[in-house]
Amino acid sequence: MSDASDLSGGEESQEEDVLTPAELITKLEEAWLNEKFSPELLENKSELVECVMEQLSHMEENLQRVRKGDVKASVHRMEIDRIRFVLSSFLRSRLQKIEKFFPHVLEKEKSRADGDPSFLSPEEFAFAKEYLANTEVYLQAVALKHMPPNLQSIDMLKAVPEPCLDSFVFLRVKEKQENILVEPETDEQREYVVDLDEGSQHLMRYRIIAPLVASGAVQLI
Amino acid sequence: MFCEKAVELIRELHRMGDGQLPAFNEDSIRQVLEEMKVLYEQNQSDVNEAKTEGKSELIPSIKFRHCCLLRNQRCISAYLYDRLLRIRALRWEYGSVLPTAIRFHMCAEEMEWFNQYKKSLATYMRSIGGEEGLDITQDMKPPKSLYIEVRCLKDHGEFEIDDGTVILLKKNSQHFLPRWKCEQLIRQGVLEHVIS
Repeated sequence: MSDASDLSGGEESQEEDVLTPAELITKLEEAWLNEKFSPELLENKSELVECVMEQLSHMEENLQRVRKGDVKASVHRMEIDRIRFVLSSFLRSRLQKIEKFFPHVLEKEKSRADGDPSFLSPEEFAFAKEYLANTEVYLQAVALKHMPPNLQSIDMLKAVPEPCLDSFVFLRVKEKQENILVEPETDEQREYVVDLDEGSQHLMRYRIIAPLVASGAVQLI
Repeated sequence: MFCEKAVELIRELHRMGDGQLPAFNEDSIRQVLEEMKVLYEQNQSDVNEAKTEGKSELIPSIKFRHCCLLRNQRCISAYLYDRLLRIRALRWEYGSVLPTAIRFHMCAEEMEWFNQYKKSLATYMRSIGGEEGLDITQDMKPPKSLYIEVRCLKDHGEFEIDDGTVILLKKNSQHFLPRWKCEQLIRQGVLEHVIS
């Protein structure tokens, strides 16, 4: 489909690589799947989101210029809808996790070092803070302020469950990894070491491969 | 036995599956809060007695009442928080305006929470991508087909589609139209997507 690049507009430049539209969408899909299958909130991808939004508006503009009734138009329209779905689903996954684990997400953001990558975009951070404040104000107003003096507060960090990092996830290996330490499952087992070959697929506890998801060495599926 | 009313609240929510929101049980909550007040006052007086008259045999019952107080607090918080989660789901299902039937089941403070949540969500969605934002409460399902079956809910007059044909949108008529053309009208409530 040589027309794909006609309608998809120009290229997006980032700090180091220049991503073609196709590469951009692949990156979006990878981020989407990782976020969907990971039990915890992953690093935020604001740049990617911005690029995809720009891409979508390029495509919409180009679509307006196409001759009406051209069959290509409907196929490209479908492509726009699909990309918008993936982007929406990605952002929804993130928002759901932010709401589900809100005290922990905020705590993690507060205690990260200055150089470390942020897990929340500034807008997500604002949303999370508002969610916390809103919920605390509500609980106070309806119940807590009517309770005995020593019971008028709740520790949100204890009350709201943390993400379960020991959940099992399916993954595909993108970059070969050696000597990954696996904890024993039962008392009879001992910890052992596995090598992850490129292209192989595994089912493991998220906790073991969490850093590999962040670095892009494995892809959750 | 203490804490029974509190556990009843939990059971009430547990019974209503599927995210339904039962009416706000103000009565039960008031009763639990009342029980907490009584337990606390009994503990206050027992603690004083134990301290001034050295009656250490009061301590087990003091501890017991404290446990009941904690359990009541926990049950009430769980009840209220679970309701909030159900209310949050309503924003994603029904949109910004809730059906009246559901609103009657919410207390004033829950309505306030809902309004604040709506505002936060709207601010966040507007900020996506740096320009006009993105309404992520749409596109909930992957787009499957180019054309969809729609039913017309109101008279909307003539409607031209891409290949030039003109459709007359009369109330209750059904049409097979390109999906992207209909989205705007579906959101406005002129058309309804018919899912067979």
